[in-house]
Amino acid sequence: MAVTATDAHRTIDAIWRIEQAKLIAGLARLVRDVGLAEELAQDALVAALEQWPKSGIPDKPGAWLMAAAKHRGIDRLRRNRLIERKHEELGREIEAEGEGATPDLEAALDDDIGDDLLRLIFTACHPLLATEARVALTLRLIGGLTTEEIARAFLVPEPTVAQRIVRAKRTLAAKRVPFEVPRGAELAQRLASVLEVIYLIFNEGYSATAGDDWMRPQLCEEALHLGRILAGLAPNESEVHGLLALMETQASRLGARTGPSGEPILLLDQNRARWDQLLIRRGLAALERAEAVAKDEGRGLGPYALQGAIAACHARARTGGETDWARIVGLYGALAEITPSPVVELNRAVAVAMLAGPAAGLDLVDKLASEPALDAYHLLPSVRGDLLEKLGRLEEARAEFERAASLTRNERERRLLLNRAVACAR
Amino acid sequence: MGTFIEEVTKAGVMLATDGLQPSSKGKRVRLSGGKVTVIDGPFTESKELIASYALFQVKSMDEAIHWTKRFLEVLGKGECELRPIFEASDFSANVFPPEQAAREAATRQDMRRNAAKN
Repeated sequence: MAVTATDAHRTIDAIWRIEQAKLIAGLARLVRDVGLAEELAQDALVAALEQWPKSGIPDKPGAWLMAAAKHRGIDRLRRNRLIERKHEELGREIEAEGEGATPDLEAALDDDIGDDLLRLIFTACHPLLATEARVALTLRLIGGLTTEEIARAFLVPEPTVAQRIVRAKRTLAAKRVPFEVPRGAELAQRLASVLEVIYLIFNEGYSATAGDDWMRPQLCEEALHLGRILAGLAPNESEVHGLLALMETQASRLGARTGPSGEPILLLDQNRARWDQLLIRRGLAALERAEAVAKDEGRGLGPYALQGAIAACHARARTGGETDWARIVGLYGALAEITPSPVVELNRAVAVAMLAGPAAGLDLVDKLASEPALDAYHLLPSVRGDLLEKLGRLEEARAEFERAASLTRNERERRLLLNRAVACAR
Repeated sequence: MGTFIEEVTKAGVMLATDGLQPSSKGKRVRLSGGKVTVIDGPFTESKELIASYALFQVKSMDEAIHWTKRFLEVLGKGECELRPIFEASDFSANVFPPEQAAREAATRQDMRRNAAKN
């Protein structure tokens, strides 16, 4: 079959996107160095770009890429006399094979690819790395984004991202971070780091507004993709499904949360007909899995699953009026117990106001007034203003809306708050 | 087939899939000349029958082709048809105004709700 160069390149692009994470993961286990693994994978891509347009796309492109990368790896190990140095790093298993031997690559490759990918995710999200470095490395190695795409998505210069990635890889090598899925007590803490990275990527996309670079909203999809992969690889972790439930449900509202000119529309004012029902169903299914796993282990829901459950309460309600506020209040209570925070408390106050009236909500909000963490948090006066307005205390409400407007950094939100302040003055 | 499902699940690309029961359990409803006819399966006259569908989220048609190839390799033999799904963003605002998109979604939501009740 004749393949034109452009066709072949498009196909290679697609194959690369699908195969690269698995490729890097498999290689990283062999060479015990994520940076080197990525270089070898890139070498294999270069070889494919040279050969496939002429020879056609191989039947098993993933296996071809892996074989090509392995050859480069062995060449390099020999040529650079890295083997002696690597001996130390690889440990006894290879030393036992004697001088000059190459690692038994074939046998090692028969291991489950999924395990390698999971190891790669845990390594990229290692708590040893700064948060931005974890985010960049995860998007690069598992999401397959280019440095340029990551830079555009996070509104930072490309060299900054490139440097973060280089440094992160260097740190992992220097600290000899083992390429493995942590076990036992360490697992919970390391998993929390992975989930944090994915949710951070999601939120970065979710907070992007219309008119921003298209790469930013794209981050939501990348995070969902990562979450779905993780749910496939670690199905016995309740919080993995919990985070997925939260993201799928929040993503279902993406089309409804801004108006024609990009102004934010609050949850209760959104046109629910515009919520994506497929994503809601997926979110509810993920939540069920999170609950089932937690129940099997005789544990309660974790923070992500609880937030997923709160999001699900909204998703299930056909109209704002049908919302099960009692359940939401309970879920926020449970969330406040395991992750106490004034922000959670503020959200609980809003739910209490919806359930039991603005006065009950205001009581809770007033208790937060002295909270230093909320000093510059515009949502505190914004919520307080809303409750005071409902109680007819318009003069106080106006002052709160003005204060909230002075605290927000979002121009559209500021205008909205000032309008509400003006409305109270009439 | 389980292996393939596992593969696409771990790859995080498949959003939904269902297998269809044989056409002997199916019906065809036809409206012609103002008259509705219900025809019972099986539909032996058909050259090809749809046996299942799957919804994938990928970045390009080439990626979709790659996954389909993997599916067919597992299946051994067969044919798949790939179609991109229409999304509201595929229409310009004046062709497909937001209100219509909203109505559309509302209708769909009702349909799904009804389907869920059955």
